[in-house]
Amino acid sequence: MNTCIERLKNGIITENPTFVMMLGMCPTLAVTSTAINGLGMGLTTTVVLVMSNLFISLLRRVIPDTVRIPAFIVIVASFVTVIQLLLKGFIPSLDQSLGVYIPLIVVNCIILGRAEAYASKNPPLASLFDGLGMGLGFTLGLTCIGICREVIGAGSIFGITFIPEDYHITFFVLAPGAFLVLAFLTALQNKLKMPSATNRTDADGISCGGDCAGCIGCSGAANKGMIEAERVAAKAAKAQAAKEAAAKAKAAKEAKAAEAAKQNEAAGSSDALGKKED
Amino acid sequence: MGELFGIMISSMLVSNVVLSQFLGICPFLGVSKKVGTAVGMGAAVTFVIAIACAITYPIYYAILVPLGLDYLQTIAFILIIAALVQFVEMALKKYMPALHASLGVYLPLITTNCAVLGVAINNITDGYNFVKSLVCGIFTAIGFLIAITILAGIRERIEHNNIPESFKGTPIVLITASLMAIAFCGFAGL
Repeated sequence: MNTCIERLKNGIITENPTFVMMLGMCPTLAVTSTAINGLGMGLTTTVVLVMSNLFISLLRRVIPDTVRIPAFIVIVASFVTVIQLLLKGFIPSLDQSLGVYIPLIVVNCIILGRAEAYASKNPPLASLFDGLGMGLGFTLGLTCIGICREVIGAGSIFGITFIPEDYHITFFVLAPGAFLVLAFLTALQNKLKMPSATNRTDADGISCGGDCAGCIGCSGAANKGMIEAERVAAKAAKAQAAKEAAAKAKAAKEAKAAEAAKQNEAAGSSDALGKKED
Repeated sequence: MGELFGIMISSMLVSNVVLSQFLGICPFLGVSKKVGTAVGMGAAVTFVIAIACAITYPIYYAILVPLGLDYLQTIAFILIIAALVQFVEMALKKYMPALHASLGVYLPLITTNCAVLGVAINNITDGYNFVKSLVCGIFTAIGFLIAITILAGIRERIEHNNIPESFKGTPIVLITASLMAIAFCGFAGL
């Protein structure tokens, strides 16, 4: 039970996919023009994430390692199709406003990332809660950004207008506003020194390694092995360099000591010479 | 012809794939540090999107629709794209080693690029015919190439600028992207 609560907390706070890991940026920017859209997208992704994590975890001993990525993609795509049809049938308005971004949940890096990093290695119940935590964290992120944009841009929250139309800054519900809001949120995080993929020093703590400069985003999930190998190589190189530096320092120290000894000797002999002369 | 020209302009500039549709944000922010790599990535995306559009269209209308399986669109398309990228890589390695050397590293990264799947799905939802969907695909990809190259150019320039501490890294890139999106909004009048 403890693992389950820990997984929930991890997904919502410690490794929040939107604010800490900065994953799944495409839907984050695209559908957050209103809070309700953000919430809808977040919950849809949560359902897919929970189901795919559960099934991948159940099948983790059946799926051969070499074809695991295509297998994961098929599982995720099946659930996305199911959700898409359900939304079309029961909440057509949400389906209309999310449009092409529902099928695109398939290529959302959070889902493949969790499948690869957690569900393929852990028992079903823990994976289910991991998916739930990550999904709720994503929902929280999307809803926050959605609220920011909706309040500034349309003067309303969840469709309830409370700022008169003269004071709306429509810019924020348009495409450029999405980039700007996210830019300021990440800047705020940097300023407050809150943990984020953009300012972490103990980068090994999060599954993507926090290497944002060399990040290839969504494709990170598919190329995790490559990235990890690179990281290991970099670490080895660093260790090697440190070793060499230590060896050099040692050699220099020895040389210095030898020189000092020589000088001492010379001084000693000259002293002796001086004494002799006396 | 006029309609084709309209599709070209609108898919390349007016509804730019990155700056107004928000597809392919990950490589847009991730692989845009140097102009060279950005152009390589853009070229690889162009190549894959063109082939993906040319293949998904006949598969949808010749196989899925007659069998009444059009609801399997998402699964079919993502698998086709994943397999396609593998094949393209193998073929390039064997027959065009020079091109593979310059595009090779970017190819595997494109499988999970949402722009490819997004364009393929949009072509079907918009009900384009084969020629139109091919044109739309190629010019969407050129739009991606333009956007990522411009961003890489700007990033190279602002690298040594005096940026406030909190805005270093991702935030300044996002602000740059925002300003670029404003500029691209100007094309909406075309």
